[in-house]
Amino acid sequence: MSKGFAENRTDVTMSELVAEPRPKPAVPMKPLGISSNLLGYIGIDTIIEQMRKKTMKTGFDFNIMVVGQSGLGKSTLINTLFKSQVSRKSASWNREEKIPKTVEIKAIGHVIEEGGVKMKLTVIDTPGFGDQINNENCWEPIEKYINEQYEKFLKEEVNIARKKRIPDTRVHCCLYFISPTGHSLRPLDLEFMKHLSKVVNIVPIIAKADTMTLEEKMEFKQRVRKELEVNGIEFYPQKEFDEDLEDKTENDKIRQESMPFAVVGSDKEYQVNGKRVLGRKTPWGIIEVENLTHCEFALLRDFVIRTHLQDLKEVTHNIHYETYRARRLNDNGGLPPGEGVLPPAPASPCPATIAE
Amino acid sequence: MTSSDVARHTVYQSLGIKTCSTSQSGKEEKIDDIPRCLTINGHVGFESLPDQLVNRSIQQGFCFNILCVGETGIGKSTLIDTLFNTNFDDFESSHFHPNVRLKAQTYELQESSVRLKLTVVNTVGFGDQINKEESYQPIVDYIDAQFEAYLQEELKIKRSLFNYHDSRIHACLYFISPTGHSLKTLDLLTMKSLDSKVNIIPVIAKADTISKTELQKFKIKLMSELVSNGVQIYQFPTDDETISQINSSMNGHLPFAVVGSMEEVKLGNKMVKARQYPWGIVQVENENHCDFVKLREMLICTNMEDLREQTHTRHYELYRRCKLEEMGFKDVSPENKPVSLQEAYEIKRHEFYGERQRKEEEMKQMFVQRVKEKEAILKEAERELQAKFEHLKRLHQEERMKLEEKRKYLEEEIIAFTKKKAASELLQNQPLNASGTSVKKEKDRKKTCDKKW
Repeated sequence: MSKGFAENRTDVTMSELVAEPRPKPAVPMKPLGISSNLLGYIGIDTIIEQMRKKTMKTGFDFNIMVVGQSGLGKSTLINTLFKSQVSRKSASWNREEKIPKTVEIKAIGHVIEEGGVKMKLTVIDTPGFGDQINNENCWEPIEKYINEQYEKFLKEEVNIARKKRIPDTRVHCCLYFISPTGHSLRPLDLEFMKHLSKVVNIVPIIAKADTMTLEEKMEFKQRVRKELEVNGIEFYPQKEFDEDLEDKTENDKIRQESMPFAVVGSDKEYQVNGKRVLGRKTPWGIIEVENLTHCEFALLRDFVIRTHLQDLKEVTHNIHYETYRARRLNDNGGLPPGEGVLPPAPASPCPATIAE
Repeated sequence: MTSSDVARHTVYQSLGIKTCSTSQSGKEEKIDDIPRCLTINGHVGFESLPDQLVNRSIQQGFCFNILCVGETGIGKSTLIDTLFNTNFDDFESSHFHPNVRLKAQTYELQESSVRLKLTVVNTVGFGDQINKEESYQPIVDYIDAQFEAYLQEELKIKRSLFNYHDSRIHACLYFISPTGHSLKTLDLLTMKSLDSKVNIIPVIAKADTISKTELQKFKIKLMSELVSNGVQIYQFPTDDETISQINSSMNGHLPFAVVGSMEEVKLGNKMVKARQYPWGIVQVENENHCDFVKLREMLICTNMEDLREQTHTRHYELYRRCKLEEMGFKDVSPENKPVSLQEAYEIKRHEFYGERQRKEEEMKQMFVQRVKEKEAILKEAERELQAKFEHLKRLHQEERMKLEEKRKYLEEEIIAFTKKKAASELLQNQPLNASGTSVKKEKDRKKTCDKKW
């Protein structure tokens, strides 16, 4: 650094900011009595429009994972959520293929567009979860997959010449399907959620909710909530990440009353009261998927897509990914085990010192 | 993809876990391949996603940092006041600063629901010195320091980028003196050293001193000088159809000739911001009088977001790349195999660790050597002392023996004498009668002998 700068250090911004911990609020001048056109308005709020235009141009990524035993209606629900044939239902190919011996991870990417907004949706399916006789550690492949995506992102981020927009394959949301037994959570459910709530946002769902009456539903939900709380499982939206009072009250309401959502999925349409609605036809009536009195699908859809989509992505990026990154950079001095060129050196200084 | 990915793939296959994305045909493809395009049969609702994003940003607030470079008294503070329609804290700075300093001030502005943290950095004393060789270096250093701070935060293990107050300069307003001739050498030099680090927007200050025709010529001259010297100033982006037209027309008006004023003058029945001269009133917001409105439009209303993005994706990335390469990290090793930053770092750290070990060993050995030497010297000294002691002791012994001998001899003499004395007394006592005189003589003789003794 030149000598000139060393002397100027005291005048650099950081010291100015430190000296005034609360920057002076400067209020735009009010227009005077005699009317004037442009006084008082600068145009700062146009930045919202600018930002919106930019993000619409670049498009969005969203990766959602569905986990649950087979036959709980995962693919149907995804199709209902995104109103298109996103996944092929297992019922159609189960006859030709056997149940997989171990948990597989299948990720399929789609591009959907609505209202000028392009979204690259990736649905990650986990056939084989919970289907074997011995289901020990069947969440491990899933955990491994999630960590792999973080690893991929980290590698890209750490490059010297980085891409302008790093492709985001990290799992933003994991829908966990709970079997509607009406009793309580199964040990597998608890184990899975315990392990994975620390690495990904889990949204628990009660599947095939049309098998329960309203009272059974309420009781079951309460019991599930209690069990999750007793076991210390923090599902999305996590209490600790509520930023302000507004968020907290809104999320509290969702956490304590609506979650876990009891949903019914369907991609067939029927005529009800003159309208075409998605539903399931049974001898005793038609269950309307989007009717709030019948099931909570609409709540789930609004929650995941219309209000909390961006927040899901942000929590994944700012919290889960950062946790993973910090842990990775701390272990082994930053080198993945087994992939190292050299054996890990003992007593390692932290990577922050490389910039010194 | 790298060989490690292939390795991982095979490992997983052996465990019976497939990570693949299957299309309809069941082929194994990577996730990044072209995804299927789907049509949706109804309203899903993710078109609210930009709104969600924007709401989030509003909650967090925006920040924008402007750097004003220009000579003292050219109107930087006034222009910023006029741009943001506020009276920021300003006072006239003196012309007698020994070197160029940068002064930064942060303000919080709010308009409808948008909160903006505006930081204005001013160069104090620019162009005042007699010798201006060191004038632009503090500016370059300041910009680099902001990039460095961001880089440091990004490289931390526990980092909080979403909370970070971004202090990188998003736009640099370069104030050109309205001489009407051409760019000054200092201006050229400064702009050349800044153009790869920050978005430069040149403005002609105090434009009310130039007439319209002169202004046109001046603008053309300036632009041609900038182009011929290879200075890259910020071009308003023309890739978005909605704003490309206005941006490209504005690009043709660069550099903007501005007039700043916070004083209000009554014109007709309105109060306008203007400068009053005996020969007329120069209105700041009149497009015929100066380009102030254009500048405000371009800087704030249309391209603020783009300025921020360019700073982050172009200038910052360039700085980061240079800095990391300087530290010896590369993406590709000499054999053209991709080297991850982690591996390179690990190699370097191992090197340094080895160095440190070696140096420690050296120092230890040196220390041991010195200790040995000192010990040897001390032992030597001890031995000498011992020898001396022995020698002296021996001498002492010898002396003693000599003295002993002398004493013995002396004692023997004393004994002999007493014997003689006893014998002579005996002799005296016997012949007392016979010869008194002779006895007397003998007695006297004895007495004198005794006396002698």
